[in-house]
Amino acid sequence: MRFIFKTNYAQDVNLAKHGGHVFWYSALMLLLVAAPWVFAEYWLAQLTLVLIYSIAGLGLMLLAGFTGLFSMGHAAFLGVGAYTHAVLTNMGVPFPIALACAAGLSAAVGLVVGLPALRVKGIYLGIATLSFGFIVEEVLARWESVTGGNAGVHIKKPNIFGWVLNSGEEFYFLCLVITVFATLGILNLLRSPTGRAFVAIRDSEISAQSMGIHLAYYKTLSFAISAAFAGVAGALYAHNLQFISPDQFNILQSIDLLLMIVIGGVGSVHGAFLGAIFLISMPQAIGMVKDYLPAAIGQAPGLQGLVYGLVLIAFVLFEPMGLYGRWLKIRTYLQMFPFYRKGMFKRQKSFQKSDRLK
Amino acid sequence: MNEILLSAKNLSVRFGGVLAVNNVSFDVKQGEVFTLIGPNGAGKTTVFNLISRIYTPTMGEIDFAGPDGMLKLTTQPPQNVASLGIARTFQNIELFEHASVLHNLLIGRHTHRVTGLWQDFFFTSKTREAELKAREKAEEVIEFLSLQHYRDTFVAGLPYGVRKVVELARALCTEPKLLLLDEPSSGLNVEETDDMAFWIQDIKNDLGITVLMVEHDMTLVSKVSDRVLAMNQGEMLAMGTPREVQTDPGVIEAYLGSIDDVSSLRRDRSIEASPPGARAHLP
Repeated sequence: MRFIFKTNYAQDVNLAKHGGHVFWYSALMLLLVAAPWVFAEYWLAQLTLVLIYSIAGLGLMLLAGFTGLFSMGHAAFLGVGAYTHAVLTNMGVPFPIALACAAGLSAAVGLVVGLPALRVKGIYLGIATLSFGFIVEEVLARWESVTGGNAGVHIKKPNIFGWVLNSGEEFYFLCLVITVFATLGILNLLRSPTGRAFVAIRDSEISAQSMGIHLAYYKTLSFAISAAFAGVAGALYAHNLQFISPDQFNILQSIDLLLMIVIGGVGSVHGAFLGAIFLISMPQAIGMVKDYLPAAIGQAPGLQGLVYGLVLIAFVLFEPMGLYGRWLKIRTYLQMFPFYRKGMFKRQKSFQKSDRLK
Repeated sequence: MNEILLSAKNLSVRFGGVLAVNNVSFDVKQGEVFTLIGPNGAGKTTVFNLISRIYTPTMGEIDFAGPDGMLKLTTQPPQNVASLGIARTFQNIELFEHASVLHNLLIGRHTHRVTGLWQDFFFTSKTREAELKAREKAEEVIEFLSLQHYRDTFVAGLPYGVRKVVELARALCTEPKLLLLDEPSSGLNVEETDDMAFWIQDIKNDLGITVLMVEHDMTLVSKVSDRVLAMNQGEMLAMGTPREVQTDPGVIEAYLGSIDDVSSLRRDRSIEASPPGARAHLP
């Protein structure tokens, strides 16, 4: 068991709380930088996809996990980002500028979607964002002069002021750099007044307001930041597939994103990454197991959906804190061995919260 | 000492057919502890919610001595109330449960934030400096209320009595001029209530913060209050020192009912007529 002896406030503020953090995160970074030489091309492509989904996951985590606003139409922001980026790139705009525009436009759309969030809560916000998702999908399909309709759009290779990223390795590094920046940005927000305001809104709106937090401002801000992250992820997603069409940004994609953060662990930054790893590796795992199953099950359509559904139900029932929560338990078990008790993470039920003023 | 910090004039609020607060006027002077008492449903918490702008009064207004002179509180948006210097606690503790005690106190520093979104996003040196300063301030409050032991504990795992103190600490972190305490001693045991009385006196004397509270525990009320306002059914009953209010016939009637009500409850009038010695063996 590690006891941290704090001697100054900077220890609280720093991202790395102790030597263990520095060591393990440096090791992870080294592995990620060395990945193109370690992994085969196919696995590198999968890793790239994990990074892209992680960025979208980070955004949704900020919104759902830290501000408490669930969005069921998050793929729409992904789509807005992807299409904005594709159109601009095909017009010859350099990658960084096109990416900034994709993020900006997504954020602007997020701002507009955030407005109903000021009035509706919980399941009703879910319905509002769900219908927004359908609207965007429809717009992408119908606005043929810009989006190419259901036929989709091909997108050119990323071009950073004349440097064209042709290989998978180069694109991987681009994604890695953006992911690192996105992660640091979210972590910075969470350790500063802005992030604390989000958490305050999640836990008690009424007292957040009486602490001087402007609810409308921070809720729309959360939507905008979350949408901007989805927009960036969408832009990279478009490059990754080199072809986008409206049906890639439908409700199934939204559900995948939501599934990702719930399974990863709502309310933890790690959860976004663990969820992305789960989401990308699951089809692979199913593919591998398929051949050993009886044909009636293995070849049945909808096997993946069934497995996802079962896994989600299992997590909600047995591990509401997701993969990250499970990891926390394992870590505590090892740290405290043999003193770990089963009920350690049990939350005491409390019946004192007032709903009167909500 | 005699400057008026907050003044409510002819305050009324109506929810449908219920007149929750009816023509209530009072002044809270700088540096005093002013207490609202009254039976359940008297409208005490509603007055609090009017001051913290959760409700808007149907009639009347509230003036507050803000940083630049008197201003009309009733026209301010709710999120501005804290930065004007009014902090509050809630009757049914409203803490940020999935955050540590320190984190809760830092949220209390929100009105003192100096950085914007982008500075936070990149965690510039200015943000870092502000964070360290916020922790220093929070630490002062932690020391004041002896919360050192709970600094890094999650609120969800804290006992009720401690949560009550954490909520007080969070309110103090905003560095208010006026502190609204909604039943600070409810659910506390005798010892904790004594501590609370001690702290309220310290808040008034050492920190110079004016306190407006709602409270039922008359021991606590008479120990700390300078003035008391008794309310019933949304109306003002009596105002004055704790002793004056406690002996006011109107207040006694509101709490215990009138003499007629009490006498009608007596089951056997013959007991009353019998000599005093005969009553001694009655249970």
